[in-house]
Amino acid sequence: MGKLFAVVVTVITLISVSFFVMHTWWPPTDISTTGPAIDRQMDETFVETGILFLAGQLLLGLFVWQASDKNPARKIKIFPGGSTPLVAAAIIVVGIEVLALTFLGSKAWAAINLAPAAADSVHIDVQAEQFAFWFRYPGPDGQFGALHPEKIDEANGNYFGLDPANDVAARDDIVVGTLTIPVNRPILLTMHSKDVGHSLYVPVLRIQQDFVPGLDIPVHFTATQTGKFEIVCTQLCGLGHYNMRAYLEVMSEGDYEQWLKTQAGQ
Amino acid sequence: MGTSTLHSQAEAALESVVDRGVAIANPATTSRAAAQAQKSETGMWVAVSAISMSFAAFTSAMIVRQDAATDWQRFQLPHVLYFNTLILLASSATLELTRQRIAGIPEALRSGAAAAKVLLANGTYWLYLTAALGFTFVLGQLLAWRNLAAQGLFLATNPSSSFFYVFTALHAVHLLGGIGGLIYVLRKLVRTNGSAETSGLGAFSIYWHFMDILWVYLLLLLAIRM
Amino acid sequence: MHDTSAQHAVHQHAAPTGFIRKYVFSLDHKVIGKQYYGLALLAVFIGMVLSWLMRIHLGWPNWPIPLLDKLSAVGAPGGAMTPEYYLSLMTMHGTIMVFFVLTNAPFAAFGNYFLPIQIGAEDMAFPRFNMMSFWTTFVAFLVMMASFFIADGPPIAGWTSYAPLSAVGGDAGPGLKVGETLWAISIAIFCIGSLLGALNFIATTLDLRTKGMSLARMPLSSWAWFVTSVIALLAFAVLLPACILLVLDRTAGTSFFIPTGLVVSDRLQPHSGGSTLLWQHLFWFFGHPEVYIAVLPSIGIVAHILPVFARKPLLGPRASVGCMIAIGFLSYMVWGHHMFVSGMNPFSANLFSVPTLIITIPATILTLLLIGTVYGAKMRFTTPALFCIGFVSVFISGGISGFFLAQPSIDIYLHATYFVVGHFHFVMAVASLFGVFAGTYFWFPKMFGRMMNDGLGKLHFWLTFIGVYCIFMPMHYLGLAGNVRRYAAFTDDYLIPLIPVHKFITVAALLTGAAQLIFLFNLIWSRFKGPIASENPWEGTSLEWSTTSPPPFDNFGGKHLVVYNGPNEYGVQGAATDYVMQASPEKVVTG
Repeated sequence: MGKLFAVVVTVITLISVSFFVMHTWWPPTDISTTGPAIDRQMDETFVETGILFLAGQLLLGLFVWQASDKNPARKIKIFPGGSTPLVAAAIIVVGIEVLALTFLGSKAWAAINLAPAAADSVHIDVQAEQFAFWFRYPGPDGQFGALHPEKIDEANGNYFGLDPANDVAARDDIVVGTLTIPVNRPILLTMHSKDVGHSLYVPVLRIQQDFVPGLDIPVHFTATQTGKFEIVCTQLCGLGHYNMRAYLEVMSEGDYEQWLKTQAGQ
Repeated sequence: MGTSTLHSQAEAALESVVDRGVAIANPATTSRAAAQAQKSETGMWVAVSAISMSFAAFTSAMIVRQDAATDWQRFQLPHVLYFNTLILLASSATLELTRQRIAGIPEALRSGAAAAKVLLANGTYWLYLTAALGFTFVLGQLLAWRNLAAQGLFLATNPSSSFFYVFTALHAVHLLGGIGGLIYVLRKLVRTNGSAETSGLGAFSIYWHFMDILWVYLLLLLAIRM
Repeated sequence: MHDTSAQHAVHQHAAPTGFIRKYVFSLDHKVIGKQYYGLALLAVFIGMVLSWLMRIHLGWPNWPIPLLDKLSAVGAPGGAMTPEYYLSLMTMHGTIMVFFVLTNAPFAAFGNYFLPIQIGAEDMAFPRFNMMSFWTTFVAFLVMMASFFIADGPPIAGWTSYAPLSAVGGDAGPGLKVGETLWAISIAIFCIGSLLGALNFIATTLDLRTKGMSLARMPLSSWAWFVTSVIALLAFAVLLPACILLVLDRTAGTSFFIPTGLVVSDRLQPHSGGSTLLWQHLFWFFGHPEVYIAVLPSIGIVAHILPVFARKPLLGPRASVGCMIAIGFLSYMVWGHHMFVSGMNPFSANLFSVPTLIITIPATILTLLLIGTVYGAKMRFTTPALFCIGFVSVFISGGISGFFLAQPSIDIYLHATYFVVGHFHFVMAVASLFGVFAGTYFWFPKMFGRMMNDGLGKLHFWLTFIGVYCIFMPMHYLGLAGNVRRYAAFTDDYLIPLIPVHKFITVAALLTGAAQLIFLFNLIWSRFKGPIASENPWEGTSLEWSTTSPPPFDNFGGKHLVVYNGPNEYGVQGAATDYVMQASPEKVVTG
């Protein structure tokens, strides 16, 4: 029975690891400036934990195999040195790993969350609601109109609760359902929720950030490739959660300017 | 509740002391009783830490909520609260008087049943008074709520009034539970002929004094925040 | 051996004879333990069926599930469930499993039955509170189940019930009008029951140990229950206020968790100024320790059982206890790692990340000590032994993925994906349940006086062990590919190619679930037909093996055992057998 366990646990371990090693299922290719640090750190973590995983499972299998030896003459053996070497090994190996990961990780985290957005960032206002994302651009005047929740009127397309009648800045605001951005330019999103909690998840940008009702949350990033990518909601927001999505469209600078002009003209 | 009933109950209890007078003297029973007391006091300290933890959670909720928005509305705490505080502090004092009397019983028993009888009667008297004071405190808290309601401050009016009602109501619930425990202790005291140990008087005292301290803490907290 | 010292003041009352006092409102910790076990068994069955329904829906969304439309004609017209009903079932699955199974089975059930026996007490410190704690928990269960039968259906806010989705009421979606209120009330009641239970465990451990049972001689399982009860006491004491505030927001119009200016279902909500992060902080302050409430008892159970079948002492019992205490302590400093992407102050991410990573050190030590215990053993491969070894394997698998999620920057990508689902199912659910299975096969003879069938047990083990890997390992792959959790269907372009993996998981889940019926059959069959168990069928040392199977009403038939040894005297040289029992005055030659 013990030998069988050793074989089964080894097979399971090797199969499990092989899919990670072969990258059968893997994050999509990153298209952001901050993503590579995350990917690097993930690779690092995969190597370190992979070794621990293999060592733990295979050692368990090996010891169980040995423990199944039925030879009556065999005497039980205590682990060499007792518990001390294992405790020490855990503290040293895992401790070093913790230090290394913390050091690497805090750098990656700081680059994303603690660095201020670049001054020349493109400002875009994002609103999440059951069950859609809306993106707002300030328009030619460069000013966002103020929000008035009581003025929200979905039927007439006033998703944000703008007041163009009294608010000049709101008149030229552009509201669209696709996050359209220029490539290689820093983008600053200001996220707020209309109703409940949501989350903005853009796998290709390695970005995930909750919309917290009552708070305006800044997120900044720079995309390095043009193309159309998916944005999905990752915070349970109600019955249509699975269906709440939008697209990220990264354009060349010229296309983007053209797109802005077209939108402003409408 | 008239004092005559109190006394007659205490007397009935003491008669049984005389009848089964050995009960207290038996060392096997006392060690058993000591274990009982130790257990209930341990349990009470654990309960006290759990309740403290809960109120700590409420406190941090209040601090976070106050900082979350600018809608915190300060209001004048009803003056009756200070009066209530005195009542509650007095109840702790009367409880201590009970404990003093009951603690003297084993000693008094040696010099005769009559002395012990007086002590038990006296002790239960102060315990009834403790209950009455506790009850008065809760009634006083009701007055404070009426005072607040008269100012137009209800549970949902403002976060400050929300927390006020939550804190005072939960404290009052705990205190009413304490009065329930007090009645249990009282009956046990009478039935066990004034054994402080098996009646759970020690554990109850921990709870009651803690309710006192908790209230003073809440009052200070509310006074600072309101 | 008569002990006149002061501990034994509990069973002054005689054994009850009436049915109600004996089996229903019993004060006997053994009956209460079995009641908890029964409740957990009922709950786990419901929770498992819910997971089947969810898995079928994820693999084959349009397949009509027989009888489901009978449960809810609205939620599953014709048997195919709606997206919102999927969320209802998901919420109930999580809630039932976390609270009524993972908290009840390894901690409340086995702890109630065996903590007093293992420390040589006749009952819990407060038998009446003990009875109340079970029946309070039972009422909480009924309230939770009631939401299945109301028009609105069960809540859809998930087991974490994030505000404001959970707080604003019926406008936010189905199940949020009445169902969510039932949820919050049920959990509040559950907290009260758990607090009473934890109080009892602590006082019992501190005050009712028999003569000679020093803390150092306490079996690891008792240590785990003790440490867990301290964690539970503080954790549930925080969840209770959170639930009270949530109920007030939902029913009394207060604004603790609901901010200003929310427009839900086209209605401007009449609340202002609340903090939604406040709920998350309160919830996770409970929620993370809850993970350890679920898994620590199982670690203790495994550490208790493994030496019995390894026939050698547990490696580093003191270090193990130290690690449990360290985990318990650290578990209160890490709650924020559930909130890396929640918009809390980014500086606090490192503050929460470091202790989260540090907590892996005691967890690794515990695991290595268990592996080191197997080293050089003469293993008896019974069913409980297999589940102990299996526990170590799944605990490693679940723990390893924690390294990823503990790092805020990686968590940005993996948060709310199936990677997290695979992680916590392995480390919290499967590991915990492996401990429960090991405990069940191990202690069944003591609890019911009959042995369980070992052949069926082994079949159950192999199917379950391979099954859980087939279910939960692929979830890590899904998460890496960015597969979001809590989705009723996968309609996004990048998720559609992943559906075959979901189908594989569904088939594995159905089969693994079906394998649990073998366990259920074994339980029921062995209860009536199993071979009669002796007093000490496994040749264990702890006090539960020094009394009859099942133990008498006062546990030791009037004897007051005196403890002479630690629980770890296996493979003793020069002893009459290869082990020395805790209650045996036989001298243990150390050397």
